[in-house]
Amino acid sequence: MHPAFSVIFLTTLIGAGQGLFLALFTGQIFSQFKMMPAQHDVNFFIWGSALAILLLCVGLLASFFHLGHPERAWRTATKWRTSWLSREVIALPAAIVTIAAYGAAHYFGWTAPIFTMPGGTGIDATLLLGLAATVATYALFICTGMIYGCIKFLQEWHTPLTVINFILLGTASGFTVATALSAYLQTGLVSFYANWAILFTVAALIFRIASMVRNRNINPKSDLRSAIGINHNNIRQMAQGSMGGSFNTREYFHGKSKSFVKSIKYIFLVLAFLIPILFLVLSLNNPAYFIPLIAVAVQYVGLIAERWYFFADANHPQNLYYQQIS
Amino acid sequence: MTQLALVIDLNVCVGCHACVTSCKEWNTSGEAGPMVDKYAYGENPTGTFFNRVQSFEIGTYPQTETVHFPKSCLHCEEPPCVPVCPTGASYKREEDGIVLVDYDKCIGCKYCSWACPYGAREIDEKQRVMKKCTLCVDRIYDEALPVSERKPACVMSCPTSARLFGDVHDENSEVSKAIRERAGYQLMPEWGTKPANHYLPRRKTEIKIHKDELERVDNPLSKEERLRHNEPGKGPSLDDMSNW
Repeated sequence: MHPAFSVIFLTTLIGAGQGLFLALFTGQIFSQFKMMPAQHDVNFFIWGSALAILLLCVGLLASFFHLGHPERAWRTATKWRTSWLSREVIALPAAIVTIAAYGAAHYFGWTAPIFTMPGGTGIDATLLLGLAATVATYALFICTGMIYGCIKFLQEWHTPLTVINFILLGTASGFTVATALSAYLQTGLVSFYANWAILFTVAALIFRIASMVRNRNINPKSDLRSAIGINHNNIRQMAQGSMGGSFNTREYFHGKSKSFVKSIKYIFLVLAFLIPILFLVLSLNNPAYFIPLIAVAVQYVGLIAERWYFFADANHPQNLYYQQIS
Repeated sequence: MTQLALVIDLNVCVGCHACVTSCKEWNTSGEAGPMVDKYAYGENPTGTFFNRVQSFEIGTYPQTETVHFPKSCLHCEEPPCVPVCPTGASYKREEDGIVLVDYDKCIGCKYCSWACPYGAREIDEKQRVMKKCTLCVDRIYDEALPVSERKPACVMSCPTSARLFGDVHDENSEVSKAIRERAGYQLMPEWGTKPANHYLPRRKTEIKIHKDELERVDNPLSKEERLRHNEPGKGPSLDDMSNW
Protein backbone atom coordinates (compact mmCIF):
# COMPACT_ATOMS: atom_id res chain seq x y z
CA MET A 1 0.00 0.00 0.00
CA HIS A 2 1.02 3.56 -0.54
CA PRO A 3 1.55 5.19 2.86
CA ALA A 4 -0.51 8.39 3.10
CA PHE A 5 0.91 10.91 5.53
CA SER A 6 -2.55 12.12 6.51
CA VAL A 7 -3.33 8.68 7.89
CA ILE A 8 0.13 8.25 9.36
CA PHE A 9 -0.27 11.47 11.34
CA LEU A 10 -3.84 10.62 12.26
CA THR A 11 -3.02 7.22 13.72
CA THR A 12 0.19 8.20 15.47
CA LEU A 13 -1.15 11.43 16.96
CA ILE A 14 -4.41 10.02 18.26
CA GLY A 15 -2.51 6.99 19.54
CA ALA A 16 -0.25 9.26 21.59
CA GLY A 17 -3.24 11.30 22.77
CA GLN A 18 -5.11 8.20 23.87
CA GLY A 19 -2.00 6.81 25.54
CA LEU A 20 -1.44 10.11 27.36
CA PHE A 21 -4.97 10.03 28.74
CA LEU A 22 -4.54 6.41 29.83
CA ALA A 23 -1.33 7.46 31.58
CA LEU A 24 -3.13 10.27 33.41
CA PHE A 25 -5.91 7.98 34.50
CA THR A 26 -3.50 5.23 35.52
CA GLY A 27 -1.70 7.76 37.70
CA GLN A 28 -4.97 8.87 39.27
CA ILE A 29 -6.13 5.32 39.93
CA PHE A 30 -2.83 4.40 41.56
CA SER A 31 -3.03 7.51 43.66
CA GLN A 32 -6.70 7.23 44.58
CA PHE A 33 -6.57 3.54 45.40
CA LYS A 34 -3.48 4.20 47.48
CA MET A 35 -1.12 2.09 45.43
CA MET A 36 1.30 5.01 45.55
CA PRO A 37 1.50 8.27 47.50
CA ALA A 38 -1.56 10.42 46.82
CA GLN A 39 -1.12 13.02 44.08
CA HIS A 40 -2.52 16.45 44.60
CA ASP A 41 -1.04 18.15 41.56
CA VAL A 42 -4.24 19.07 39.70
CA ASN A 43 -2.23 21.01 37.12
CA PHE A 44 -0.75 17.81 35.79
CA PHE A 45 -4.17 16.32 35.08
CA ILE A 46 -5.49 19.53 33.57
CA TRP A 47 -2.49 20.11 31.28
CA GLY A 48 -2.27 16.43 30.53
CA SER A 49 -5.91 16.30 29.43
CA ALA A 50 -5.44 19.46 27.39
CA LEU A 51 -2.41 17.99 25.66
CA ALA A 52 -4.23 14.70 25.00
CA ILE A 53 -7.13 16.62 23.45
CA LEU A 54 -4.71 18.67 21.38
CA LEU A 55 -3.05 15.51 20.04
CA LEU A 56 -6.44 13.97 19.23
CA CYS A 57 -7.66 17.14 17.52
CA VAL A 58 -4.53 17.56 15.43
CA GLY A 59 -4.87 13.90 14.46
CA LEU A 60 -8.49 14.49 13.52
CA LEU A 61 -7.45 17.52 11.47
CA ALA A 62 -4.80 15.43 9.68
CA SER A 63 -7.45 12.86 8.78
CA PHE A 64 -9.41 15.48 6.85
CA PHE A 65 -6.53 15.77 4.39
CA HIS A 66 -7.18 12.16 3.47
CA LEU A 67 -10.70 12.89 2.30
CA GLY A 68 -11.75 14.01 -1.13
CA HIS A 69 -14.79 15.74 0.31
CA PRO A 70 -14.14 16.71 3.93
CA GLU A 71 -17.28 18.84 3.93
CA ARG A 72 -19.27 15.62 3.78
CA ALA A 73 -17.41 14.07 6.70
CA TRP A 74 -20.51 14.26 8.90
CA ARG A 75 -22.03 11.51 6.79
CA THR A 76 -19.35 9.09 7.96
CA ALA A 77 -21.09 8.50 11.29
CA THR A 78 -24.08 6.87 9.61
CA LYS A 79 -22.87 3.34 8.82
CA TRP A 80 -21.52 2.34 12.22
CA ARG A 81 -23.38 -0.95 12.02
CA THR A 82 -21.05 -2.28 9.33
CA SER A 83 -18.03 0.00 8.98
CA TRP A 84 -15.13 0.24 11.40
CA LEU A 85 -14.22 3.56 9.82
CA SER A 86 -17.65 4.88 10.71
CA ARG A 87 -17.24 3.55 14.24
CA GLU A 88 -13.91 5.32 14.51
CA VAL A 89 -15.57 8.54 13.43
CA ILE A 90 -17.94 8.15 16.40
CA ALA A 91 -15.31 6.92 18.87
CA LEU A 92 -12.85 9.75 18.17
CA PRO A 93 -15.14 12.65 19.15
CA ALA A 94 -16.43 10.50 22.03
CA ALA A 95 -12.88 10.15 23.30
CA ILE A 96 -12.23 13.87 22.88
CA VAL A 97 -15.43 14.84 24.69
CA THR A 98 -14.96 12.41 27.60
CA ILE A 99 -11.30 13.35 28.03
CA ALA A 100 -12.32 17.02 27.95
CA ALA A 101 -14.94 16.28 30.61
CA TYR A 102 -12.30 14.46 32.65
CA GLY A 103 -9.95 17.45 32.39
CA ALA A 104 -12.81 19.82 33.21
CA ALA A 105 -13.70 17.78 36.30
CA HIS A 106 -10.14 18.23 37.51
CA TYR A 107 -10.16 21.92 36.59
CA PHE A 108 -13.38 22.60 38.48
CA GLY A 109 -12.30 20.37 41.34
CA TRP A 110 -15.21 17.93 41.25
CA THR A 111 -13.44 15.67 43.63
CA ALA A 112 -16.07 15.33 46.34
CA PRO A 113 -16.86 11.61 46.64
CA ILE A 114 -20.19 10.71 45.04
CA PHE A 115 -20.20 7.39 46.83
CA THR A 116 -17.72 5.34 48.80
CA MET A 117 -16.37 1.94 47.89
CA PRO A 118 -16.47 -0.84 50.50
CA GLY A 119 -12.73 -0.38 51.02
CA GLY A 120 -13.25 3.22 51.98
CA THR A 121 -12.12 4.73 48.67
CA GLY A 122 -14.22 7.68 47.61
CA ILE A 123 -15.45 7.58 44.04
CA ASP A 124 -15.68 11.08 42.59
CA ALA A 125 -16.70 12.59 39.27
CA THR A 126 -13.14 12.56 37.91
CA LEU A 127 -12.93 8.79 38.39
CA LEU A 128 -16.28 8.15 36.73
CA LEU A 129 -15.52 10.46 33.82
CA GLY A 130 -12.07 8.95 33.56
CA LEU A 131 -13.64 5.52 33.36
CA ALA A 132 -15.94 6.69 30.58
CA ALA A 133 -12.97 8.22 28.75
CA THR A 134 -11.02 4.97 29.17
CA VAL A 135 -13.85 3.05 27.55
CA ALA A 136 -13.97 5.59 24.70
CA THR A 137 -10.18 5.46 24.34
CA TYR A 138 -10.09 1.70 24.06
CA ALA A 139 -13.06 1.75 21.70
CA LEU A 140 -11.11 4.18 19.55
CA PHE A 141 -7.98 1.99 19.64
CA ILE A 142 -10.01 -1.02 18.57
CA CYS A 143 -11.80 0.90 15.81
CA THR A 144 -8.56 2.32 14.45
CA GLY A 145 -6.88 -1.05 14.50
CA MET A 146 -9.86 -2.86 13.04
CA ILE A 147 -10.08 -0.44 10.10
CA TYR A 148 -6.91 -2.15 8.93
CA GLY A 149 -7.38 -5.49 10.61
CA CYS A 150 -10.80 -6.20 9.14
CA ILE A 151 -9.70 -6.20 5.49
CA LYS A 152 -9.07 -9.87 4.91
CA PHE A 153 -7.39 -9.33 1.54
CA LEU A 154 -4.58 -7.42 3.20
CA GLN A 155 -3.18 -10.47 4.91
CA GLU A 156 -0.37 -8.51 6.58
CA TRP A 157 -3.03 -6.55 8.47
CA HIS A 158 -5.67 -9.20 8.95
CA THR A 159 -4.50 -10.32 12.35
CA PRO A 160 -5.27 -9.46 15.99
CA LEU A 161 -1.67 -8.23 16.15
CA THR A 162 -2.75 -5.13 14.22
CA VAL A 163 -5.12 -4.02 16.97
CA ILE A 164 -2.68 -5.06 19.71
CA ASN A 165 0.08 -3.05 18.07
CA PHE A 166 -2.09 0.04 17.69
CA ILE A 167 -2.98 -0.19 21.39
CA LEU A 168 0.55 -0.88 22.60
CA LEU A 169 2.31 1.66 20.38
CA GLY A 170 -0.22 4.36 21.25
CA THR A 171 -0.06 3.57 24.95
CA ALA A 172 3.76 3.48 24.93
CA SER A 173 4.05 6.85 23.22
CA GLY A 174 1.38 8.33 25.51
CA PHE A 175 3.17 7.18 28.65
CA THR A 176 6.40 8.62 27.29
CA VAL A 177 4.63 11.95 26.79
CA ALA A 178 3.27 11.66 30.35
CA THR A 179 6.82 11.09 31.61
CA ALA A 180 8.03 14.27 29.90
CA LEU A 181 5.01 16.25 31.09
CA SER A 182 5.40 15.13 34.68
CA ALA A 183 9.11 15.93 34.52
CA TYR A 184 8.31 19.38 33.14
CA LEU A 185 5.67 20.04 35.80
CA GLN A 186 7.88 18.43 38.46
CA THR A 187 5.11 16.25 39.81
CA GLY A 188 7.30 13.55 41.22
CA LEU A 189 5.64 10.99 38.98
CA VAL A 190 8.54 10.86 36.54
CA SER A 191 9.89 7.46 37.52
CA PHE A 192 6.37 6.06 37.85
CA TYR A 193 5.55 7.04 34.27
CA ALA A 194 9.02 6.24 32.95
CA ASN A 195 8.72 2.69 34.30
CA TRP A 196 5.32 2.25 32.70
CA ALA A 197 6.54 3.80 29.45
CA ILE A 198 9.52 1.41 29.36
CA LEU A 199 7.19 -1.51 30.05
CA PHE A 200 4.78 -0.56 27.28
CA THR A 201 7.57 0.24 24.82
CA VAL A 202 9.14 -3.16 25.42
CA ALA A 203 5.76 -4.85 25.10
CA ALA A 204 5.09 -2.92 21.88
CA LEU A 205 8.50 -3.97 20.55
CA ILE A 206 7.77 -7.62 21.29
CA PHE A 207 4.40 -7.54 19.57
CA ARG A 208 5.69 -5.49 16.64
CA ILE A 209 8.45 -8.02 16.07
CA ALA A 210 5.85 -10.77 16.37
CA SER A 211 3.81 -9.17 13.60
CA MET A 212 6.92 -8.71 11.43
CA VAL A 213 7.85 -12.36 11.87
CA ARG A 214 4.29 -13.34 11.02
CA ASN A 215 4.29 -11.17 7.91
CA ARG A 216 7.63 -12.44 6.73
CA ASN A 217 6.23 -15.96 6.56
CA ILE A 218 2.93 -14.97 5.06
CA ASN A 219 1.57 -17.11 2.29
CA PRO A 220 -0.39 -15.00 -0.21
CA LYS A 221 -3.81 -16.49 -0.74
CA SER A 222 -4.16 -15.12 -4.25
CA ASP A 223 -1.80 -15.45 -7.15
CA LEU A 224 -1.98 -14.63 -10.84
CA ARG A 225 -3.65 -17.95 -11.50
CA SER A 226 -6.64 -17.23 -9.33
CA ALA A 227 -6.56 -13.56 -10.33
CA ILE A 228 -7.23 -14.24 -14.00
CA GLY A 229 -8.43 -17.81 -13.62
CA ILE A 230 -5.87 -19.44 -15.87
CA ASN A 231 -4.23 -22.41 -14.31
CA HIS A 232 -0.69 -22.15 -15.58
CA ASN A 233 2.55 -21.84 -13.69
CA ASN A 234 4.07 -19.35 -16.06
CA ILE A 235 1.94 -16.24 -16.47
CA ARG A 236 3.47 -12.89 -17.26
CA GLN A 237 1.69 -9.61 -17.61
CA MET A 238 2.23 -7.83 -20.91
CA ALA A 239 -0.03 -4.80 -20.51
CA GLN A 240 -2.14 -3.40 -17.70
CA GLY A 241 -4.47 -1.24 -19.72
CA SER A 242 -2.81 2.11 -19.22
CA MET A 243 0.50 3.68 -20.13
CA GLY A 244 0.79 6.48 -17.59
CA GLY A 245 -0.27 4.54 -14.51
CA SER A 246 -3.61 4.74 -12.80
CA PHE A 247 -5.17 5.00 -9.38
CA ASN A 248 -4.37 1.32 -9.04
CA THR A 249 -0.65 1.89 -9.50
CA ARG A 250 -0.55 4.96 -7.27
CA GLU A 251 -2.66 3.84 -4.32
CA TYR A 252 -1.36 0.32 -3.77
CA PHE A 253 2.36 0.58 -4.45
CA HIS A 254 4.76 2.48 -2.22
CA GLY A 255 7.12 2.96 -5.15
CA LYS A 256 10.24 2.65 -3.04
CA SER A 257 13.06 0.17 -3.37
CA LYS A 258 13.25 -2.92 -1.19
CA SER A 259 16.35 -1.59 0.53
CA PHE A 260 14.56 1.67 1.34
CA VAL A 261 11.70 -0.22 3.00
CA LYS A 262 14.16 -2.39 4.86
CA SER A 263 16.08 0.64 6.11
CA ILE A 264 12.82 2.19 7.35
CA LYS A 265 12.27 -1.01 9.30
CA TYR A 266 15.59 -0.69 11.10
CA ILE A 267 15.10 3.05 11.56
CA PHE A 268 11.79 2.60 13.32
CA LEU A 269 13.09 -0.26 15.47
CA VAL A 270 15.83 2.05 16.72
CA LEU A 271 13.87 5.29 16.93
CA ALA A 272 10.54 4.05 18.22
CA PHE A 273 11.89 1.53 20.70
CA LEU A 274 15.60 1.44 21.51
CA ILE A 275 16.47 5.13 21.87
CA PRO A 276 13.27 6.01 23.79
CA ILE A 277 13.88 3.12 26.19
CA LEU A 278 17.42 4.39 26.71
CA PHE A 279 16.29 7.94 27.47
CA LEU A 280 13.44 6.73 29.67
CA VAL A 281 15.91 4.68 31.70
CA LEU A 282 18.10 7.77 32.01
CA SER A 283 15.14 9.84 33.19
CA LEU A 284 14.51 7.40 36.04
CA ASN A 285 17.35 8.98 37.98
CA ASN A 286 17.55 12.39 36.36
CA PRO A 287 14.85 15.00 36.92
CA ALA A 288 15.79 17.10 33.83
CA TYR A 289 12.69 17.26 31.65
CA PHE A 290 14.58 17.42 28.38
CA ILE A 291 15.63 13.78 28.74
CA PRO A 292 12.11 12.31 28.47
CA LEU A 293 11.32 15.08 25.98
CA ILE A 294 14.02 13.69 23.70
CA ALA A 295 12.43 10.26 24.19
CA VAL A 296 9.06 11.71 23.11
CA ALA A 297 10.46 13.40 20.01
CA VAL A 298 12.56 10.44 18.90
CA GLN A 299 9.77 7.99 19.58
CA TYR A 300 7.29 10.04 17.59
CA VAL A 301 9.60 10.18 14.58
CA GLY A 302 10.09 6.44 15.02
CA LEU A 303 6.35 5.88 15.10
CA ILE A 304 5.92 7.82 11.86
CA ALA A 305 8.49 5.48 10.32
CA GLU A 306 6.72 2.50 11.91
CA ARG A 307 3.37 3.51 10.45
CA TRP A 308 4.98 4.15 7.06
CA TYR A 309 6.40 0.65 7.16
CA PHE A 310 3.05 -0.74 8.30
CA PHE A 311 1.45 0.57 5.12
CA ALA A 312 4.33 -0.21 2.78
CA ASP A 313 4.50 -3.75 4.14
CA ALA A 314 0.92 -4.57 3.15
CA ASN A 315 0.64 -6.16 -0.25
CA HIS A 316 -2.76 -5.77 -1.85
CA PRO A 317 -3.97 -8.63 -4.08
CA GLN A 318 -5.03 -6.12 -6.73
CA ASN A 319 -1.32 -5.58 -7.35
CA LEU A 320 -1.35 -8.89 -9.20
CA TYR A 321 -3.18 -7.11 -12.00
CA TYR A 322 -0.66 -4.29 -12.12
CA GLN A 323 2.73 -5.91 -12.47
CA GLN A 324 3.81 -4.44 -15.77
CA ILE A 325 2.85 -1.22 -17.55
CA SER A 326 3.52 -2.62 -21.01
CA MET B 1 -33.71 -12.17 -7.25
CA THR B 2 -32.09 -10.62 -10.27
CA GLN B 3 -28.34 -10.35 -10.47
CA LEU B 4 -27.21 -8.59 -13.60
CA ALA B 5 -23.69 -9.34 -14.68
CA LEU B 6 -21.29 -9.64 -17.54
CA VAL B 7 -19.86 -12.85 -18.87
CA ILE B 8 -16.62 -12.32 -20.71
CA ASP B 9 -15.38 -14.91 -23.16
CA LEU B 10 -11.60 -14.95 -23.05
CA ASN B 11 -11.62 -17.31 -25.96
CA VAL B 12 -12.82 -14.67 -28.38
CA CYS B 13 -11.56 -11.43 -26.80
CA VAL B 14 -8.95 -10.00 -29.15
CA GLY B 15 -7.86 -7.19 -26.85
CA CYS B 16 -9.00 -4.37 -29.12
CA HIS B 17 -10.03 -2.06 -26.23
CA ALA B 18 -13.31 -1.17 -27.94
CA CYS B 19 -15.12 -1.92 -24.66
CA VAL B 20 -12.72 0.39 -22.83
CA THR B 21 -13.25 3.34 -25.14
CA SER B 22 -16.99 2.89 -25.51
CA CYS B 23 -17.32 2.56 -21.73
CA LYS B 24 -15.37 5.75 -21.21
CA GLU B 25 -17.32 7.53 -23.94
CA TRP B 26 -20.70 6.57 -22.54
CA ASN B 27 -19.91 7.17 -18.92
CA THR B 28 -17.91 10.34 -19.32
CA SER B 29 -20.84 11.84 -21.20
CA GLY B 30 -23.37 10.68 -18.64
CA GLU B 31 -25.21 12.67 -16.04
CA ALA B 32 -22.66 11.73 -13.37
CA GLY B 33 -20.20 14.05 -15.06
CA PRO B 34 -16.94 13.49 -16.86
CA MET B 35 -14.37 10.94 -15.80
CA VAL B 36 -11.09 12.67 -15.29
CA ASP B 37 -8.32 12.53 -17.89
CA LYS B 38 -5.01 14.00 -16.90
CA TYR B 39 -2.26 14.82 -19.38
CA ALA B 40 -4.36 13.20 -22.07
CA TYR B 41 -1.89 14.35 -24.72
CA GLY B 42 1.16 14.33 -22.50
CA GLU B 43 3.87 11.83 -21.83
CA ASN B 44 2.08 9.93 -19.10
CA PRO B 45 -1.64 10.13 -19.71
CA THR B 46 -3.72 8.91 -16.80
CA GLY B 47 -7.35 8.93 -15.90
CA THR B 48 -10.30 7.12 -14.46
CA PHE B 49 -11.66 4.12 -16.32
CA PHE B 50 -14.37 1.69 -15.34
CA ASN B 51 -12.98 -0.99 -17.56
CA ARG B 52 -9.48 -1.97 -18.57
CA VAL B 53 -8.15 -4.60 -20.91
CA GLN B 54 -4.99 -6.23 -19.70
CA SER B 55 -2.83 -8.70 -21.55
CA PHE B 56 -1.05 -11.70 -20.16
CA GLU B 57 1.40 -14.06 -21.74
CA ILE B 58 0.90 -17.65 -20.73
CA GLY B 59 3.63 -20.22 -21.13
CA THR B 60 7.30 -20.06 -22.07
CA TYR B 61 8.48 -18.67 -25.38
CA PRO B 62 7.94 -19.87 -28.04
CA GLN B 63 5.11 -21.98 -26.62
CA THR B 64 3.14 -18.96 -25.49
CA GLU B 65 -0.35 -17.73 -25.76
CA THR B 66 -1.56 -14.20 -25.22
CA VAL B 67 -4.70 -13.81 -23.20
CA HIS B 68 -6.49 -10.48 -23.28
CA PHE B 69 -8.28 -9.94 -20.04
CA PRO B 70 -10.94 -7.23 -19.69
CA LYS B 71 -11.41 -6.23 -16.05
CA SER B 72 -14.16 -4.14 -14.53
CA CYS B 73 -16.24 -4.23 -11.36
CA LEU B 74 -17.48 -7.77 -10.90
CA HIS B 75 -20.64 -6.75 -8.99
CA CYS B 76 -19.96 -9.32 -6.29
CA GLU B 77 -22.87 -10.98 -4.59
CA GLU B 78 -20.97 -10.52 -1.32
CA PRO B 79 -19.34 -7.17 -2.09
CA PRO B 80 -16.60 -6.51 0.48
CA CYS B 81 -16.47 -2.86 -0.60
CA VAL B 82 -20.03 -2.08 0.52
CA PRO B 83 -20.05 -2.73 4.29
CA VAL B 84 -16.80 -0.81 4.84
CA CYS B 85 -18.17 2.42 3.38
CA PRO B 86 -18.69 4.80 6.31
CA THR B 87 -21.31 6.93 4.59
CA GLY B 88 -23.41 4.36 2.74
CA ALA B 89 -22.38 5.92 -0.56
CA SER B 90 -21.36 2.48 -1.77
CA TYR B 91 -24.32 0.16 -2.05
CA LYS B 92 -25.66 -2.90 -3.79
CA ARG B 93 -29.07 -2.57 -5.39
CA GLU B 94 -31.63 -5.05 -4.15
CA GLU B 95 -33.54 -5.16 -7.41
CA ASP B 96 -30.78 -6.07 -9.83
CA GLY B 97 -27.62 -6.63 -7.80
CA ILE B 98 -25.66 -3.76 -9.33
CA VAL B 99 -23.04 -2.29 -6.98
CA LEU B 100 -23.10 1.50 -7.24
CA VAL B 101 -21.54 4.56 -5.67
CA ASP B 102 -23.66 7.56 -4.78
CA TYR B 103 -21.33 10.33 -5.93
CA ASP B 104 -23.18 12.86 -3.79
CA LYS B 105 -22.54 10.92 -0.59
CA CYS B 106 -19.00 9.70 -1.27
CA ILE B 107 -16.37 11.49 0.80
CA GLY B 108 -13.47 10.10 -1.22
CA CYS B 109 -11.80 8.27 1.66
CA LYS B 110 -10.78 5.40 -0.67
CA TYR B 111 -11.50 2.80 2.00
CA CYS B 112 -13.82 0.84 -0.33
CA SER B 113 -11.04 0.54 -2.88
CA TRP B 114 -8.80 -1.01 -0.23
CA ALA B 115 -11.53 -3.53 0.46
CA CYS B 116 -11.76 -4.63 -3.18
CA PRO B 117 -9.29 -7.41 -4.01
CA TYR B 118 -9.75 -6.84 -7.74
CA GLY B 119 -8.77 -3.18 -7.93
CA ALA B 120 -12.04 -2.46 -9.67
CA ARG B 121 -12.57 0.94 -8.10
CA GLU B 122 -10.76 4.04 -9.22
CA ILE B 123 -10.95 7.46 -7.66
CA ASP B 124 -11.78 10.41 -9.86
CA GLU B 125 -9.02 12.81 -8.93
CA LYS B 126 -10.98 15.82 -10.11
CA GLN B 127 -14.39 15.08 -8.62
CA ARG B 128 -12.61 13.40 -5.70
CA VAL B 129 -15.12 10.60 -5.41
CA MET B 130 -14.78 6.87 -5.95
CA LYS B 131 -15.99 5.60 -9.30
CA LYS B 132 -16.58 2.22 -10.76
CA CYS B 133 -18.50 0.29 -13.40
CA THR B 134 -22.24 0.90 -13.14
CA LEU B 135 -23.17 -1.80 -15.66
CA CYS B 136 -24.44 1.26 -17.57
CA VAL B 137 -27.37 1.52 -15.21
CA ASP B 138 -28.38 4.68 -17.07
CA ARG B 139 -28.58 2.74 -20.34
CA ILE B 140 -30.01 -0.68 -19.61
CA TYR B 141 -33.31 0.71 -18.30
CA ASP B 142 -33.61 3.58 -20.76
CA GLU B 143 -36.94 3.11 -22.48
CA ALA B 144 -36.01 5.72 -25.07
CA LEU B 145 -33.55 3.21 -26.47
CA PRO B 146 -34.61 0.26 -28.64
CA VAL B 147 -34.77 -2.96 -26.59
CA SER B 148 -31.78 -4.37 -28.44
CA GLU B 149 -29.65 -1.43 -27.27
CA ARG B 150 -30.56 -1.65 -23.57
CA LYS B 151 -27.20 -3.20 -22.80
CA PRO B 152 -23.97 -1.84 -21.32
CA ALA B 153 -21.90 0.19 -23.76
CA CYS B 154 -19.05 -2.32 -23.60
CA VAL B 155 -21.35 -5.16 -24.63
CA MET B 156 -22.74 -3.11 -27.51
CA SER B 157 -19.30 -2.29 -28.82
CA CYS B 158 -17.54 -5.64 -28.60
CA PRO B 159 -16.77 -6.64 -32.20
CA THR B 160 -16.28 -10.30 -31.37
CA SER B 161 -19.26 -10.62 -29.00
CA ALA B 162 -16.91 -11.60 -26.23
CA ARG B 163 -19.14 -9.84 -23.71
CA LEU B 164 -22.51 -11.20 -22.73
CA PHE B 165 -24.90 -9.37 -20.45
CA GLY B 166 -27.81 -10.71 -18.47
CA ASP B 167 -29.20 -12.11 -15.25
CA VAL B 168 -26.97 -14.82 -13.84
CA HIS B 169 -29.71 -15.89 -11.42
CA ASP B 170 -32.06 -16.72 -14.26
CA GLU B 171 -31.17 -20.28 -15.23
CA ASN B 172 -32.46 -19.85 -18.73
CA SER B 173 -30.67 -16.64 -19.54
CA GLU B 174 -27.95 -16.48 -22.16
CA VAL B 175 -25.33 -15.74 -19.51
CA SER B 176 -26.35 -18.60 -17.20
CA LYS B 177 -26.30 -20.97 -20.12
CA ALA B 178 -22.85 -19.77 -21.14
CA ILE B 179 -21.53 -20.17 -17.60
CA ARG B 180 -23.05 -23.60 -17.29
CA GLU B 181 -22.10 -25.01 -20.64
CA ARG B 182 -18.80 -23.29 -21.26
CA ALA B 183 -17.16 -23.66 -17.83
CA GLY B 184 -17.66 -20.07 -16.69
CA TYR B 185 -15.58 -19.20 -13.65
CA GLN B 186 -15.16 -16.41 -11.09
CA LEU B 187 -12.02 -14.45 -10.24
CA MET B 188 -10.28 -15.05 -6.91
CA PRO B 189 -12.95 -17.40 -5.56
CA GLU B 190 -10.79 -17.90 -2.45
CA TRP B 191 -12.07 -14.68 -0.87
CA GLY B 192 -15.73 -15.65 -0.89
CA THR B 193 -16.79 -12.45 -2.64
CA LYS B 194 -18.91 -14.40 -5.12
CA PRO B 195 -18.36 -12.17 -8.14
CA ALA B 196 -21.42 -11.97 -10.36
CA ASN B 197 -19.31 -11.43 -13.47
CA HIS B 198 -17.92 -14.62 -14.89
CA TYR B 199 -15.21 -15.43 -17.39
CA LEU B 200 -15.30 -18.13 -20.01
CA PRO B 201 -11.97 -19.91 -20.43
CA ARG B 202 -9.81 -20.25 -23.49
CA ARG B 203 -10.73 -23.31 -25.52
CA LYS B 204 -8.69 -25.24 -28.01
CA THR B 205 -10.84 -25.75 -31.07
CA GLU B 206 -8.88 -28.23 -33.12
CA ILE B 207 -10.40 -30.14 -36.00
CA LYS B 208 -9.15 -33.63 -36.44
CA ILE B 209 -9.36 -34.56 -40.14
CA HIS B 210 -8.72 -38.14 -41.12
CA LYS B 211 -7.30 -39.04 -44.48
CA ASP B 212 -10.44 -40.90 -45.51
CA GLU B 213 -12.38 -37.71 -44.96
CA LEU B 214 -10.33 -35.97 -47.63
CA GLU B 215 -10.22 -38.79 -50.16
CA ARG B 216 -13.38 -40.63 -50.77
CA VAL B 217 -12.67 -44.32 -50.45
CA ASP B 218 -16.07 -45.59 -51.19
CA ASN B 219 -19.09 -44.36 -52.96
CA PRO B 220 -22.03 -45.27 -50.79
CA LEU B 221 -24.63 -43.63 -52.97
CA SER B 222 -22.96 -44.72 -56.18
CA LYS B 223 -23.34 -41.24 -57.51
CA GLU B 224 -20.26 -41.16 -59.67
CA GLU B 225 -21.19 -44.53 -60.97
CA ARG B 226 -24.46 -43.23 -62.16
CA LEU B 227 -22.75 -40.29 -63.70
CA ARG B 228 -20.39 -42.55 -65.52
CA HIS B 229 -23.33 -43.77 -67.51
CA ASN B 230 -23.99 -40.27 -68.54
CA GLU B 231 -21.75 -40.36 -71.47
CA PRO B 232 -22.46 -37.79 -74.16
CA GLY B 233 -25.47 -38.74 -76.19
CA LYS B 234 -26.60 -41.51 -73.87
CA GLY B 235 -28.00 -39.68 -70.90
CA PRO B 236 -30.73 -37.18 -70.84
CA SER B 237 -29.81 -33.89 -72.43
CA LEU B 238 -30.70 -30.47 -71.20
CA ASP B 239 -33.54 -30.39 -73.63
CA ASP B 240 -34.96 -33.54 -72.10
CA MET B 241 -34.88 -32.02 -68.68
CA SER B 242 -36.32 -28.64 -69.44
CA ASN B 243 -39.53 -27.79 -71.00
CA TRP B 244 -38.79 -24.84 -73.17
